[in-house]
Amino acid sequence: MTVTSLPGLRTAPRTAPVVRRRRLGPGKPIKFGAAIGPVLLLAVWSVGSATGWIDQRVLSAPWTVVTTAGELISDGRLQSNLWTSSQRALVGLGLGIVLGVVLALISGLSRLGEAILDGPIQIKRAIPSLALLPLLILWLGIGESMKVVTILLGVFVPIYIHTHNGLRTIDSRYVELAQTVGLSQREFIRRVVLPGALPGFLLGLRFAVTGAWLSLVVVEQINATSGIGYMMELARTYGQTDIIIVGLVLYGILGLLSDGAVRLIQRRALTWRRTLAS
Amino acid sequence: MAPYAGLVTTVRVRDLVRRYDDRAVLDGVDLDIAPGEFVALLGKSGSGKSTLLRALAGLDPSVDGSGEIAVPGQVSVVFQDSRLLPWAKVLDNVVLGLRGSEERGRESLAEVGLAGREDAWPNELSGGEQQRVALARSLVREPELLLADEPFGALDALTRLKMHVLLRKLCAAHQPAVLLVTHDVDEAIVLADRVIVLDAGRLVAGEIISLGSVRSSADPEFAAVRSRLLDALGVSL
Repeated sequence: MTVTSLPGLRTAPRTAPVVRRRRLGPGKPIKFGAAIGPVLLLAVWSVGSATGWIDQRVLSAPWTVVTTAGELISDGRLQSNLWTSSQRALVGLGLGIVLGVVLALISGLSRLGEAILDGPIQIKRAIPSLALLPLLILWLGIGESMKVVTILLGVFVPIYIHTHNGLRTIDSRYVELAQTVGLSQREFIRRVVLPGALPGFLLGLRFAVTGAWLSLVVVEQINATSGIGYMMELARTYGQTDIIIVGLVLYGILGLLSDGAVRLIQRRALTWRRTLAS
Repeated sequence: MAPYAGLVTTVRVRDLVRRYDDRAVLDGVDLDIAPGEFVALLGKSGSGKSTLLRALAGLDPSVDGSGEIAVPGQVSVVFQDSRLLPWAKVLDNVVLGLRGSEERGRESLAEVGLAGREDAWPNELSGGEQQRVALARSLVREPELLLADEPFGALDALTRLKMHVLLRKLCAAHQPAVLLVTHDVDEAIVLADRVIVLDAGRLVAGEIISLGSVRSSADPEFAAVRSRLLDALGVSL
């Protein structure tokens, strides 16, 4: 027989029924909560522009921005500039990732490699990539190669730092395991070191993507003749705030899309981690 | 060790000394383990039992010491944590470092009761299941010597009892010599053919357990062995 209650007992006079208190903390999440702030901002902008409270020369009205975007698309300027910018960012990012990974592997897998490479890269890390611009312009001119190299220099450092860190902080318990099951050096690197360093690499990738857009914005405002930054720079000289806003929105969209892409890669590559979180 | 006179030993340790910062953690240990024999090593924390196991596993190359150790070629280690690679599926963990032995890996998983979980991630398993995968990983290599460092120490009491049954079954099937490090006296008596006690770096007691295959702590002989071992451990009840 199972006993879960004691029938003979009476409730003592001093016990009180349990009161279900409101939980501490901010409470339930609001539906579409994330959209409220931006929509509010847009509303203020619209009302401000409509009532003339916001000067058109300071900030164009939202509908002007939309019409301008439409015009830029229909005459093809937006697409061609967007294409140029994306190309620069992608080439710089791609080369930077390759360089960062190769350097991290050399310095993460061999002590000699670390002795030679790690110091200079840490020094490079202390100097903001954009501070190298004057030198890069002298060396490479103001053409495409300067732009791509600047982006590359901004990209490879976070990739290197996080991948190298991932390689060097492999749990020593796994090293012991590898010894007890008799893994060869090659198998150890393939089965333990590289997969163990992958989360670090992907974290570096997220920083690298952000860094690539940042460098892009800067190089495109220096003597460029094409690209989103150039479009915005040109608009500045004519006081066209609507085009500047279109450019900002584009940069924002590109930033969001690329971060989303990296997070998607992260989710795919690190399925084993997701199971822990869910 | 008279009962083993004339037998070929699987493990032979003579005058083993291991020092950390001039403090002798193992101070002249002699130990023989016969083929297929299950030895449980008891000791207080800090008595040097893990140091002895790590010495046998060859995991202490940088530790200062001397002495003679002979172990077979095929040694498997089970750690207190299951030590599964979180980024490898269960089956890949079992056959880690073994080429073309997927089939044996599957059989081994079936043996520990995890058939059908080959493609699970280690994180999806419970603690007891993870430790069973670790057992499969060590047994698929058909070791002559199985070294286990408090393998059930992190499991809850009920799971631990189930693991005892499983481990005895597996040892009966594969017949490895076993050195199990534990601080649980009952666990040692239930599992082992012989229990040895390490204290301050020396083996201070040994009990051959002749309780048959069904061992109950209610058995007076069990209680007598337990009280002698607790005595050797310096615990007075």
